[in-house]
Amino acid sequence: MKRILALTATIVLLVSGLTACAATAEEAETIKIGLNVELTGEAAVYGTPEKLAAELAVKEINAAGGVLGKQIELVIYDTKTDTAESTSNATKLMTEDGVVAVIGAAISGTTMAAAPVANQYQVPMITPSGSNALVTNDGSAVYPFVYRACFIDPFQGLVLANFAADNLGKTKAVVLGSSSSDYAKDLAAIFSEQFAVKGGTVVATEYYTDADTDFSAILTKVQAAGEFDVIFVADYAVRAGLIIKQAREAGIVVPFVGPDGFESPDLVELAGGAANLNDVYFSTHFSALSEDQKVQDFIANYTTETGEAPSALSALAYDTVYMLKAAIEAAGEVDPVKVNTALEALKDFPGITGTISFDEWHNPVKSAIVVQLVDGVQAAATVVNP
Amino acid sequence: MQEFLQQLVNGLSIGSIYALIALGYTMVYGIIKLINFAHGDMYMIGAYIGLVSVTVFKLPFFLALISTMVFTALIGILIERIAYKPLRKSTRVAALITAIGVSFFLQNIVSRIMGAKIYTFPSVLNNELYVVGGIRINSQQLVIFVTSIALMFLLQLIVQKTKIGRAMRSVAVDQDAARLMGVNVDHVITLTFAIGSSLAAAAGILVGIYYNTVNPLMGFAPGLKAFVAAVFGGIGIIPGAMIGGFSIGLIETFVSGYGSTLYKDAVVYIILILILIVKPSGLLGKNKKEKV
Repeated sequence: MKRILALTATIVLLVSGLTACAATAEEAETIKIGLNVELTGEAAVYGTPEKLAAELAVKEINAAGGVLGKQIELVIYDTKTDTAESTSNATKLMTEDGVVAVIGAAISGTTMAAAPVANQYQVPMITPSGSNALVTNDGSAVYPFVYRACFIDPFQGLVLANFAADNLGKTKAVVLGSSSSDYAKDLAAIFSEQFAVKGGTVVATEYYTDADTDFSAILTKVQAAGEFDVIFVADYAVRAGLIIKQAREAGIVVPFVGPDGFESPDLVELAGGAANLNDVYFSTHFSALSEDQKVQDFIANYTTETGEAPSALSALAYDTVYMLKAAIEAAGEVDPVKVNTALEALKDFPGITGTISFDEWHNPVKSAIVVQLVDGVQAAATVVNP
Repeated sequence: MQEFLQQLVNGLSIGSIYALIALGYTMVYGIIKLINFAHGDMYMIGAYIGLVSVTVFKLPFFLALISTMVFTALIGILIERIAYKPLRKSTRVAALITAIGVSFFLQNIVSRIMGAKIYTFPSVLNNELYVVGGIRINSQQLVIFVTSIALMFLLQLIVQKTKIGRAMRSVAVDQDAARLMGVNVDHVITLTFAIGSSLAAAAGILVGIYYNTVNPLMGFAPGLKAFVAAVFGGIGIIPGAMIGGFSIGLIETFVSGYGSTLYKDAVVYIILILILIVKPSGLLGKNKKEKV
């Protein structure tokens, strides 16, 4: 009797299990995409706009009929700016929530923590803004399931050298940079290399540390070293602003060129007033000045939806969602491995941050935008190709 | 030649900032033999109070300077009462460690209240540029230079010529004997801290304006440099702080200007070590025999 009972129970369980399985497969009318970004902690300023932009993109896609006839559902987790949290969120998304792809994280550290998980469970993961060179590869081999939407830091050095030589027509550069960060060192090296390729000469290269606030000695030295017609500063606004201020005070009037680190609401104050911010150029992922209709639509929709103006981060996250949409459509079915193959083959995707294809390191090959400041205000944006 | 003279101006301008901070450092050490590692952070507090008085209360520069000095002096007194006074009778190392603790406390409390972000200082002081024979000097550099020299003379005057100065010097020699002679030692020490803190505050607000940035960790590196400047010139000796500050400013600038910025700190410390080997009590210090 007992045995029969046990057998019946097993059969009942099995059957109900089967129907449950069947039910989920049939009910999966939505396509789940995971979002694993910083919503609290010190990087929340990066993660939050990315979440808002991803939600906007999903809303637009769903309103337009979804992907493969299905609606997209965002499954949102907060990394809390913590590497362990990011890893466990990614695991949860890929094993329990059954997402087809993951967007995240917003910064390099948390993205690198989750990257092995994506490779293990074979679910594609795209970081909108993790710009460290080692996010998508370990230095020797590419991670097959990890991508990014932003260009990497050294790439800007290349673009800016092209810009200084071709667009500004400069031939003698001075390179200044912090010796304390890889960001600055890589940028300075690549800029110098490319500027030489373009036929220019680097007259002087000076390094300083992150602790420095007084650059007068360096600037005096550079002035005595010989003629130059452009200064490349590989650093963030904190020091770049001070350098620009002190250089203008020292009577240096040549243009300044710098990376996306220049973009800061404090740059005007740091540089000692808007008058010092003429003939200053910096590269960025996205500019509101673009005349592209897609960009203007995005800005208008984002502003009505969230009540604030979009940043480069929101634009990158927006592009990430649309890239996934394109990949899912190309794959033709909701299967992470097939979507990954489609993503890898993505060619000339027309995004709002540029036309995107992936190289063999899963870094996007795209144009950068160089913004010109006039009296501290973004006055013009030039698209510069690598 | 022109480059050399310009670098000389650059060096004197940084040097006067170090000198300004070193004055308070050396005075506190001279009177109570405490290496007040929190001095650099009092300078940071001064910069923040200056920032608030300029941006929130819209005070003009001179009023902002005075109110910042007064307010920072009060904070200095409070810190002395809470952190250092209970340790008056304990070892010098205990007081030194406490000073380091106070330094970290101040950095973190300011990060907590104001946030770790960098604030920019509005330009409340006119900055005119003078070009003399190709050498560029701006009025802010002159203000800092003149202020540090004026404060040095004022401090020297207070310590050497006034009644309270005499009381300070007596406390410096022997606290117990001073107390027996009717000197209120607690008052003197409190006043020493108040003056030291207000000097740091003056430096903070001036540097805040000069480099137009303020952040919670801004006091650490200059504080250390000022300490080195004080030791350089002979710690406890007021004109020594001045000479030490200018020497370090000039060495740094010339190393940056003719070598590389990355070596400047190394060279400064090598020269410090050499001076201390030859003259252990600093440039102006007198070698005193240890009493056994």
